[in-house]
Amino acid sequence: MKDFGYQAHRDNTIDFEKNDFRIARFLLEREPSLNLCIGCGSCTGTCSTGHFTEFNIRKIHTLIKRGETEMARKQIRQCMFCGKCQLICPRGINLRNVILGINRALEKI
Amino acid sequence: MINFNLFVLPFSLGLLYLILKIGKDWYKWITTLSPIDKVKFTSGIRNPIQILISLKEVFFEVLIHRKMWKRNPLLGYMHMSFALGWFLLIILGNIESRFYSGTHLNAPYYPIFLKFFIHDKLVIFFEVYAVPRFFRFIMDLLLLYILSGLLLAFLKRKKSRWFGMKRVTRYQLTDHVALTTLWLIFPMRLLAESFTAGYYGSGGGFMTQPLGNFLAWIVPLPTDLVAYTMWWGYSLVLGIFFVTLPYSRYMHIPTEVLLIFFRNFGIKPKKWYSGYSDTEVHSCSRCGVCLDVCQMNLAGIHDSQAVYFIRDVRDKYVSEQISRKCLVCGRCQEVCPVGIHSDSLRLIKRRELSSGQDADYSFVSVSTGRTAEVVYFSGCMSHLTPSIIRSMKGIMEVAGVSYLHLDENRSICCGRPLMLAGKDRQAHDLVEFNKKLIRNARAGILVTSCPICYRVFKEEYNLPIRIQHHAQFLLELVRSGKIPLQSMHRRIIYHDPCDLGRGSHVYEAPRELLGKFSDLLISKEEKNNALCCGGSLGMFEADQQQRDLMTNGALDSLLTFGPEILATGCPLCKKTFGKMNRVPVKDLAELVFESIPDGRIRSASGSVFVPFHPELSSEAESI
Repeated sequence: MKDFGYQAHRDNTIDFEKNDFRIARFLLEREPSLNLCIGCGSCTGTCSTGHFTEFNIRKIHTLIKRGETEMARKQIRQCMFCGKCQLICPRGINLRNVILGINRALEKI
Repeated sequence: MINFNLFVLPFSLGLLYLILKIGKDWYKWITTLSPIDKVKFTSGIRNPIQILISLKEVFFEVLIHRKMWKRNPLLGYMHMSFALGWFLLIILGNIESRFYSGTHLNAPYYPIFLKFFIHDKLVIFFEVYAVPRFFRFIMDLLLLYILSGLLLAFLKRKKSRWFGMKRVTRYQLTDHVALTTLWLIFPMRLLAESFTAGYYGSGGGFMTQPLGNFLAWIVPLPTDLVAYTMWWGYSLVLGIFFVTLPYSRYMHIPTEVLLIFFRNFGIKPKKWYSGYSDTEVHSCSRCGVCLDVCQMNLAGIHDSQAVYFIRDVRDKYVSEQISRKCLVCGRCQEVCPVGIHSDSLRLIKRRELSSGQDADYSFVSVSTGRTAEVVYFSGCMSHLTPSIIRSMKGIMEVAGVSYLHLDENRSICCGRPLMLAGKDRQAHDLVEFNKKLIRNARAGILVTSCPICYRVFKEEYNLPIRIQHHAQFLLELVRSGKIPLQSMHRRIIYHDPCDLGRGSHVYEAPRELLGKFSDLLISKEEKNNALCCGGSLGMFEADQQQRDLMTNGALDSLLTFGPEILATGCPLCKKTFGKMNRVPVKDLAELVFESIPDGRIRSASGSVFVPFHPELSSEAESI
């Protein structure tokens, strides 16, 4: 909350009926290793882009798995693709391919 | 007309089709070269010296197969027997036919089927000159030579290991058809000539005559009829071979000639699919030499090696997945006997197939920092191996170098990882931004710790300053006596990072540097034959287990002679190898820093640089 003040919070309910799981399905099919994610956040901690912006790859793919694609659409284009996240990942997730997959999916949908 | 028979038709039509098809393809490739390459081509074909150089290379590579000889003598003999043998058979057959026809202009089929049209009863007159006898001898000798190669080719399909190849390529249907007809051509010729010689009782050479006599005696059918059938068969297999050739791997025979000319005229691979790329793709003979060197074999990947990728490109159904399934380490193009740039072809396809999404790098901003004589760009990967950065800083303090660490707090990627994903357009912004940063520092030298950055700085940035990998930079410091080293007396093996070695041809600087303070071992696969660590950023389709298999394979090879330390010049290699941790993995900078006498380090800086404990540091970084 950058600007101080009162605001109405958006509803945080995850609506599995309405959410769009196409990207999630596409991603998991393309890069099954994403299933291994434990959400530790190492990827985001080391992220080069994350030093400049609020880019948060852990959040992006967690939200995508929930069927919420809005944040991915906004942020994914900022990834510099350096691959640090992939090297640091304790689960050995092929993250660069995940990001490519998100790009590809967003292009198609 | 006396010198005509219906059976020459399959051969003649096949040949006509082949010539038209090759002419059409050559025309297509030459006209789709880039404008600059077209100029190079037109000036090249007007330059007799370049033509001669190219012809010499054509002779040595296409006919003699020099590179195949170097690889394996049996393999070389087999290729040479087919190429040179057949070539000489055609040339000498042409000369021979002129003695008989008495004209300079023969129908193309006439020399090929000469023995059918001429049997020496008709030309007894010439016998006094022994010339035909000479030709009969030499033609039989050549045929025997080719047949010996054929025997080897047959053997190679069964026992490829005898030819130095563990794996052979899986062929397509057209390849099988062309291969079968090619293998049938020479036995058919032998039989046709032998039966004819046997029927007439003369006209054969040292091989065809006795064989013909024997066959005529043993085969209970009318010999002239059998001979005629054989000539039909010979013509048919030639015709079928010629028609299938443009759609099979044998298209490499005519295409390679053009490729050699292109190369000698100074034409280089482009960033997009040009006529040159198409020439390269069609020059692939699917010999399979690239299969054995590919490390993806270790990971159980067998569908994306250079030969299969190029086949898919040629058939125009290369998938995005196949294009991204490659380490882009460049080992295949080092061994390719044709000299195909499979890596740049792969990147071209990645570019074509990558998603067109624009990137948004507006968040990076140009800072007007201070200036220095040396700009140090550690690279993203080095931020994961902070000991490299610490060592570099320590060394530069000892040497008294005024430096600016460009990406100390916030690192901006050099752009090569994007390019490896085929996103050159998106990488452009980062390149421009980094260029501004580097220019603002007004330095004379740009030093980087990461070979990935080094290569892209060299190839894409067009910077007006010197660009050095830290191996070269440190070597210069050591040579000029700015950093004193004491020998460690430890046995070290050096691993060539792909982008530094094959990518940028820096082989000697790291070795000379290591030689100053350690006992450098020689590894089995080094320099341009070095293995990839398995961590390559060019690979997208391998999971961690597959990468680990490749890493272990590389480690097995590197540790054969029992080194105490594995040295490398790449933070990514260090990180990848470090995880397996069989011996300490150290960067060149770390080793140099550890070799500086302690006193010098203390005196150079107010605070004390502690050369960290080797075991602790490698453990800490592998977490």
